[in-house]
Amino acid sequence: MMPVVLWTDAMIFLLLATILAGAWHIRKWPHLMLPWQRVATSSMGMVSLLILSLFMLVGLLDSLHYRIALPEKNNGQTVYSAEVVSAFDALASGLKSRTEKTYSAPMAAYLYAKENMDTLEGKILRDYPRLRFGGVHLSDVGRDWLGDVVQKAARGALAGLLLGVLLIAAIWILFLRQRGDHLPLSKVADNPRKALLITTLLLAAFFGAVSNLAASYHVLGTDKVGQDVLYLALKSIRTGLVIGTITTLVTLPFALLLGVAAGYFRGWVDDIIQYIYTVLSSIPSVLLIAAAVLMMQVTIEMHPEWFETSAARADVRLLSLCLILGLTSWTGLCRLLRGETLKLRELEYIQAAQAFGVSSPRIITQHIMPNVMHIVLIAMVMDFSGLVLAEAVLSYVGVGVDPSTMSFGTLINAARLEMGRDPIVWWTLAAAFGFMLVLVLAANLFADVVRDAFDPRLSHKN
Amino acid sequence: MNKLLSVQSLVTSLNAGTAIVDDISFDIAAGETFALLGESGCGKSMTALSLMRLLPDGVHLKQGAVHLTNENILMLPERDMRRIRGGRMAMIFQEPGLSLNPVMTVGAQIAETLALHQDMHGAMAEARCAELLEQVGLSDVQRRLRAYPFQLSGGMKQRVMIAMALAGQPKLLIADEPTTALDVTIQAQVLQLLRDTQQQSDMSILLITHDLGVVAQMAHRVAVMYAGQIVEQASRVQLFAHPAHPYTQKLFAALPHANKGQALAAISGSVPALGSAGVGCRFAPRCDQAWARCHAEMPGWTKLPNGQGVRCHLYDTDEAGTTKQPSGISASQAEQGSSSRVPPQRSSENSLLQVENLRVHFPIHKGILQRTVGYVKAVDGVSLTIAAGRTLALVGESGCGKTTVGKALLQLVQPTAGSVRFAGNDLVGLGAQQLHVQRAGMQMVFQDPYASLNPKMRVAEILQEGMDVLSIGKNSTERQQRIDELLDQVGLAQASKWRYPHEFSGGQRQRIAIARALAVNPSLLICDEPTSALDVSVQAQILNLLKTLQQELGLSYLFISHNLAVVEYLAHEVCVMYLGRIVERGTVAEVMRAPHHPYTRALISAVPHIDGSGIETVRLEGEMPSPTNPPQGCYFHPRCPHAMDVCQMDYPKATHVSDTRQVHCYLETTEKVKQS
Repeated sequence: MMPVVLWTDAMIFLLLATILAGAWHIRKWPHLMLPWQRVATSSMGMVSLLILSLFMLVGLLDSLHYRIALPEKNNGQTVYSAEVVSAFDALASGLKSRTEKTYSAPMAAYLYAKENMDTLEGKILRDYPRLRFGGVHLSDVGRDWLGDVVQKAARGALAGLLLGVLLIAAIWILFLRQRGDHLPLSKVADNPRKALLITTLLLAAFFGAVSNLAASYHVLGTDKVGQDVLYLALKSIRTGLVIGTITTLVTLPFALLLGVAAGYFRGWVDDIIQYIYTVLSSIPSVLLIAAAVLMMQVTIEMHPEWFETSAARADVRLLSLCLILGLTSWTGLCRLLRGETLKLRELEYIQAAQAFGVSSPRIITQHIMPNVMHIVLIAMVMDFSGLVLAEAVLSYVGVGVDPSTMSFGTLINAARLEMGRDPIVWWTLAAAFGFMLVLVLAANLFADVVRDAFDPRLSHKN
Repeated sequence: MNKLLSVQSLVTSLNAGTAIVDDISFDIAAGETFALLGESGCGKSMTALSLMRLLPDGVHLKQGAVHLTNENILMLPERDMRRIRGGRMAMIFQEPGLSLNPVMTVGAQIAETLALHQDMHGAMAEARCAELLEQVGLSDVQRRLRAYPFQLSGGMKQRVMIAMALAGQPKLLIADEPTTALDVTIQAQVLQLLRDTQQQSDMSILLITHDLGVVAQMAHRVAVMYAGQIVEQASRVQLFAHPAHPYTQKLFAALPHANKGQALAAISGSVPALGSAGVGCRFAPRCDQAWARCHAEMPGWTKLPNGQGVRCHLYDTDEAGTTKQPSGISASQAEQGSSSRVPPQRSSENSLLQVENLRVHFPIHKGILQRTVGYVKAVDGVSLTIAAGRTLALVGESGCGKTTVGKALLQLVQPTAGSVRFAGNDLVGLGAQQLHVQRAGMQMVFQDPYASLNPKMRVAEILQEGMDVLSIGKNSTERQQRIDELLDQVGLAQASKWRYPHEFSGGQRQRIAIARALAVNPSLLICDEPTSALDVSVQAQILNLLKTLQQELGLSYLFISHNLAVVEYLAHEVCVMYLGRIVERGTVAEVMRAPHHPYTRALISAVPHIDGSGIETVRLEGEMPSPTNPPQGCYFHPRCPHAMDVCQMDYPKATHVSDTRQVHCYLETTEKVKQS
């Protein structure tokens, strides 16, 4: 086994390390800690954080890439498979390998298309054939199906519930018992523990049921080439997170620096920055992005020697898509921040700082940036969902992620082709829709709670 | 007495249960002006909104009865209530700029009320609109009818608001701080208008205000509100002669007076936050006559023999032993007022700040090429001198350029011309590096304590910023010590160091702002209206603090203000500004007692005095012209009652009336000529 670190993997882990280091730093300062403690007392915040962290867990597992050593050896040298897989692939190997011939509905035992089949009598019969994996254990589908599904779901849910209870008990014993009631949480009226407990148990039961069913059915059906949609959707999470976070990281310095500089310095600085973003935002963005992506694509095609594996190539394409999206989408936030800064710079505390002779960079970082952070936070979360959707649009135009990369965009694009079909193939779209909805909603709710917690003007109960 | 409005135990509370207006009862007779006096946050406006049944979301009427000509309007269905609003009961608001719809002409807005309440349409309505506008004293009525609110000045907008309120021929006019947003000279015009209208139409007015001076001029009867309750109710004469409640007494005592040697009787603390009221008297924590019972039991309403009502244990009959006559404090106060005045010192020769002919012109850009088509002459040749340890006040109405002078001195605004010599160094045209060295000497305290502190920084960080930048204090521990010292100096607890500004009240925030300025050991503080956003009781605290700091640290102040009473208390010398120029300067005693310039005279006479007296009343017509295009000759001549032909020719030169006194007016020169 040879670990492979793709570019986006590196960025994701860098981001994670930054967040952890930040958290470590914050822990040491009680006044920095306070707003986060407020977040920790909000049921809404903690539940959405729990759900978000489940998504992130999938994304992180999917970012641990490696290549498997093949059994045969070449002159004593280990030969590695050309395919790069991730830790998540290993965990979900069952889902990945159980491919059908073509479409099948969720939980179905039959294919979605009729085929010619030879009967025992040698006649050719045209009917829905049984699936290769989904529900093969059923001898009489019509009679056993419902009972089997209910039974499996119930067993899975029970097992999941049991695991959930064990998990909570373990956490309780490991972390909470020693600290007992020293935690400020226990004294607060809006105690999120109950909500967290219920959510954890519900989620555990849900995952138990789904994973038990997934062992013998395709829970979300299969796509055109018979791949399990649940697997595809889970794999799409990483792409979504990468596009959402890395693009925002690219956008942020541009929007923040240029917007605040334009608003604070005004004059010719403002003129230049305004001209740049007016020009940039008056070019149709899809056109601009398509042109950049195509140029990048050609460069990648011209230099196959840069990449060891196809996964590395797809990954660079994903990363450059993030960069291109980031470079073209900072204008909106920049304009917002410029306006806010124009308002802030006239406030008296800025003038007081100027009267002390505080340097402009310091005024910008100490006085203006902290006061526009709520806008940045909200805009980032709004952009996050927008970017995931932009990726879908671009994949449709054919300039999105590499076709081998699974993403919500490619899922929706694939679903789009089948929407006109009768009977309709709805599950691919439903899967992408459901996953994106939960992800974006959780992120939005969490950001809302964080924003409120950081606003000193809101009166906080504690 | 013919009762027009009768309010009985009105309670308005938040949906959470906290009472904002707590058990209020009063009556208003026809043709009477009833003033509701109180500091901000004590529930005055909520009372008015309760009467109109226009309470915001989250607030509801809990109990009580409001009878308007014997009809309980709290029981009316919303449909009938709409007829009463604007009809029998009309309201004008504090901010005239926000209460008119910016996209409708003035005429259309008045016509709306007429159509609704008088069923007047078309030409008849238009004629009535014109009549109303004439009634409120607007000239050129036909043109004004078609004007949009942005084309009118603040005073004119408030007149239009009054015209709109009068359109429904109301029996009761609720005026919520109608002049707070206006300048003194305009305030005098609007108050006069309200009085005239009342006489003509026999209308009652419920006047909501925080200004004792306005009450003295306008009211027949007064109710004093504190923390949601009426604590005292009396006729104006009674109240001003014998304030009964300790709060009212203190409110009078806290007014700035001309006696400089004496600290103001400030009320400690600030108005309690809504819902923080305990079981006892709400004023007890700030009252120095309070005893155990005041903290334990809410005082009931006591009617004094002379008809005055008061909510205080001092007047309870069962506390007969301790009952005091409701006169003590104000009488002693009056005595102290006449005690010996500190003679004004001759300003020492070593002046700290010398400003010569300072000009600040802002260019007006127009067109695609942003060519400069003109200048706003915000400051147009101001010269002043401040000696060490002295206070110079810069007085004028809003828009006269006094704040710009302050900012130009600090080089926050680049002066167009002139020199600013501070401690011997000319600041104009200095490079950033050289200016940096001079920064510590001069600091500013701003007007709005809510906008002058960064909400994301804690107090310690706010105070430390200036020290860091100007390298005051060797290391972090030394600076922390200095911060503790500063907090002591301005009267804040050292523990407040680690809190955010929003946790403090307005007065405390202003203390923080003063501490921030003091952090770098300045010798001159520029105070830009430091008390105008504060309540009277808190204003007295800040004025006392400024005075003590001056005595202890030998600070000089440039005190920018429109409040003449405050200036009279704090300043040694005064400069009166009009349209970017100083029209009169002199010591406080000279300028306040015997103003020479007609503008100064008008300004001083426009200030409502609590004893209802003033020097001869000089009413100014019109408003200050735009500084873009000042009038030819003397800038004041279009409004001046003594304008002569010569006034239209050239700007008058300075006439030295005495050593300390200068006036820019032709009246002075002609008088001198006459004398000689």
